[in-house]
Amino acid sequence: MHATICNFILDIAQNSIEADASNVEVAILQTDETITIVVTDDGKGMSEQKLQMALDPFYSEKGKHDLRRFGLGLPFLKQAAEATGGDLSIRSKIGYGTEIVARFLTSHFDAPPFGDLSGAAMILMNFLGNFELTLKRDYNAKSYSICKSCLIEALGDLCDAESLSLGKQFIDSLENELFS
Amino acid sequence: MAKLTLEDLRKIREEKKKEMSRRTVKNAKAEITIGMGTCGIASGAKNTFEAIISELSDNGIYDVVVKQFGCLGCCNEEPLVKVKLSDSSAIVYGKVSAEVGRKIVTEHIMQGKIVNEFVLDNNSAANVLKGGE
Repeated sequence: MHATICNFILDIAQNSIEADASNVEVAILQTDETITIVVTDDGKGMSEQKLQMALDPFYSEKGKHDLRRFGLGLPFLKQAAEATGGDLSIRSKIGYGTEIVARFLTSHFDAPPFGDLSGAAMILMNFLGNFELTLKRDYNAKSYSICKSCLIEALGDLCDAESLSLGKQFIDSLENELFS
Repeated sequence: MAKLTLEDLRKIREEKKKEMSRRTVKNAKAEITIGMGTCGIASGAKNTFEAIISELSDNGIYDVVVKQFGCLGCCNEEPLVKVKLSDSSAIVYGKVSAEVGRKIVTEHIMQGKIVNEFVLDNNSAANVLKGGE
């Protein structure tokens, strides 16, 4: 099981990138009682049958991994969200993409800590592939948004220590501003 | 921390570029690839990734390429890290905690010394090298 909500975000958004999406959006909507993660992509999408199978830990998409037959990402997220009294919903359409919404009740005893968003975001930005990634953050009517192409334009191709460190500092400063 | 803007980032990047042109780092031309599948993340790969970035940054090593791969079926050995120096074969490390990740930077990347106690056995490494291509 993942230790923090940001680790879940990292894992689930990677599914979108691996689903050949051109655009991936990660929105984190936070109030004093809840954290809702919405991951939307325009990747290959899933059929109703495949969608049910994606929640089965003993299923992994054929051809995705040569050496293992498990897929724990979505089942982990569902279990963790529901353990807090929250929920998980998935909408998907073949050829159009997928939207995953997970809601955590933060006051619940079993709520995982939020974790390190800037680190998770920069790992996602570092993932290879020609896709746009947008991170949207919303807390009590304050918000910010950043995109991978903006960071690449300012910092270069986000695959060296310097650009990744600077990107992390940038997101940390936006987070501080959001909660100030 | 004051709020940074994209313009601030561009300026800092330009300053760093000037600084880098004055430095030479032994064995800095390398590629580090970190396993970041569900199993890797659950085993602490995110901390490992950040420790490696931080150690590279602290030592002024900016010409190492850092990449990721997904699950390659060696989940029990996660977090996995593959290191390829430009002049030698790739080495795959298993169970790379943040501390070991820092050691890989200071010893393998900076001095060319393999961190032997965390090198993966041949069969597992072959799977990683095959899957991570």
